Amino acid sequence: MIQTETAPKPRRNVELLLIVLALAVGIGASALVSLNSDMGLDSDFWFQSSLLAVAAFAFHIVLRLRAKYADPVILPIVVALNGLGLALIHRMDGPGDDTGNNQLRWTLIAMAVSIAVIWFLKDHRILRRFTYISLAASALLLVLPLVPGISAGEVLGASVWIRIGPMTFQPGEIAKITLAIFFAGYLSSNRDLILLAGRKIGPMQFPRFKDLGPMITAWLVSIGVLVFQRDLGSSVLFFGLFIVMIYVATSRISWVVIGLALILGGGFIASKIFSHVAFRIDSWINAFTPEVFGRSPGGSGQIVQGLFGMADGGLVGTGLGQGRPDLVPFANSDMIVALIGEELGLIGLFAVVMLYLLLFTRGFRAALGTRDAFGKLLACGLSFAIALQCFVVIGGVTRLIPLTGLTTPFLAAGGSSLLANWIIVGLLLMISNTARGPVDTTPMVNKPPTTSSHGTVKTPTGQTPSAPTEAVKHQ
Amino acid sequence: MNDVSELTITALRFGFLLLLWVLIFSIVSTMRRDFQIGRKAVTGVPTAREVRKHPELAATPPPAIQHARNLVVTEGPLKGTTVPLAASPILLGRAQEATLVLEDDYASGRHARLFPQGSRWFIEDLGSTNGTYLADQQLTRALPVELGVPVRIGKTVIELRP
Repeated sequence: MIQTETAPKPRRNVELLLIVLALAVGIGASALVSLNSDMGLDSDFWFQSSLLAVAAFAFHIVLRLRAKYADPVILPIVVALNGLGLALIHRMDGPGDDTGNNQLRWTLIAMAVSIAVIWFLKDHRILRRFTYISLAASALLLVLPLVPGISAGEVLGASVWIRIGPMTFQPGEIAKITLAIFFAGYLSSNRDLILLAGRKIGPMQFPRFKDLGPMITAWLVSIGVLVFQRDLGSSVLFFGLFIVMIYVATSRISWVVIGLALILGGGFIASKIFSHVAFRIDSWINAFTPEVFGRSPGGSGQIVQGLFGMADGGLVGTGLGQGRPDLVPFANSDMIVALIGEELGLIGLFAVVMLYLLLFTRGFRAALGTRDAFGKLLACGLSFAIALQCFVVIGGVTRLIPLTGLTTPFLAAGGSSLLANWIIVGLLLMISNTARGPVDTTPMVNKPPTTSSHGTVKTPTGQTPSAPTEAVKHQ
Repeated sequence: MNDVSELTITALRFGFLLLLWVLIFSIVSTMRRDFQIGRKAVTGVPTAREVRKHPELAATPPPAIQHARNLVVTEGPLKGTTVPLAASPILLGRAQEATLVLEDDYASGRHARLFPQGSRWFIEDLGSTNGTYLADQQLTRALPVELGVPVRIGKTVIELRP
């Protein structure tokens, strides 16, 4: 075989350069916001900017030490998005509001957790051991907001929050990671069975019921979220994740067809049964009708004000800090995309969408490059979760689809979402590290058997195998 | 307001949009080079352009590959059994759904999987109790099986033959 392989390059210096550019975007946006307000570049601005820069460089150094071959563009993209989000949330803060500082605190916490994930986990394949624990954890996280003691009650029509002391947290955000780990672990071990076993009806092959049991459980979980927590966005996200991962694992288009049919059918039934879903759909189709615009619960005022704002922004935007996004409710979280469209214009909004697209392609590149099925599926699932969130949010704000309550990754105000997305970035970086790094040709070292349930006999690698008489006999 | 003039603000406003796109174009140009590395590392075959530049690369023709056509059991209870290889993976074990049902007390139900990839066959242990040995080395991950190399599963030994 002819060898023209080039040695894998870490490309960490390129990453450093791009991080400097990304920080220039984030801090530049912050500076523009400050210049356009009465404060000017005060000590708060310098303090917050340096905190973000220090955190980004610390992350970079950790990658140099622990994941040398990680993808060099993922971190700069995320730093740019997060920096831009910080500036925009800061911009929306009225006097006495603390959302901007709170977001910065959560950014630092989330980056620290992500660094810890990379530092201590080292290899994403370890997560495969936690396949079923992840399923249990997902179920627990999703049920938590309904537990009376710690539930934060119904906020804005959805009960997805828990309260721990003074803090509120959305456990569903973390659940999307644990669900992705479960799907990846389960499908990578049972892919062949789902593909091969089962009976064929017409042109489609249906898997055996027992192979799909855990998958159906996961599907029921996502329906349960819709019914009991009244959270349309998360339900769509979980279900989309489920469809995509099973499609990626089996490459059967029939899954996608069935999934889309179920989503549309489920959406139709939900719009008949639940008033909040019906309101969402009505304010999507009849957004500009005066009575729908002014309706108190479930009106379309938010969407339409966002659309007016984006129209006002035009091609180049009104400039940071010069628009009137205060007219739009939740301009710093749900409607942050409308805020970008207003103040940075179509050019700025497309830049942000482009950053998301690049992040998504890097996630899929890592999935293509990595050699283990679990890593492939996990990278696909996690990057698709980010992409689907972007689609649902931006599509909702621009009135392509009904508006649902999902957060814009890295941009929107909200600590739990930031934390979850930074952990996803940490996992993607780790997977891309194995994908781009040199192939490990040394035998994997087996750990000595712990208290084995069925008397596993393992010989240390390199030794001659034990004679069959020492091996375990079945029955 | 403050001492920053209207003109500066406007310049900064457009400068910021420019900066956003400068970031994007730098990322894309980084990726372009990155994809190139990926392509070389994956195929390992020189492109026509590289052959033109370095003729010695094309000089060595690839060695004639002998394809495995049969799986032969050389030891164990099923000794002498031959299974013709098609393009589909083969499941080895005691379970009834296995392609080659091993009547071997030391094999697990779903013991190992033999699957084709490219022109080669790979063996992968499916978490068996007693392990799978390729040329006396216990498998820890999927490895290619060359012709005539013994694979031990419990008391059974199989080989690939042309």
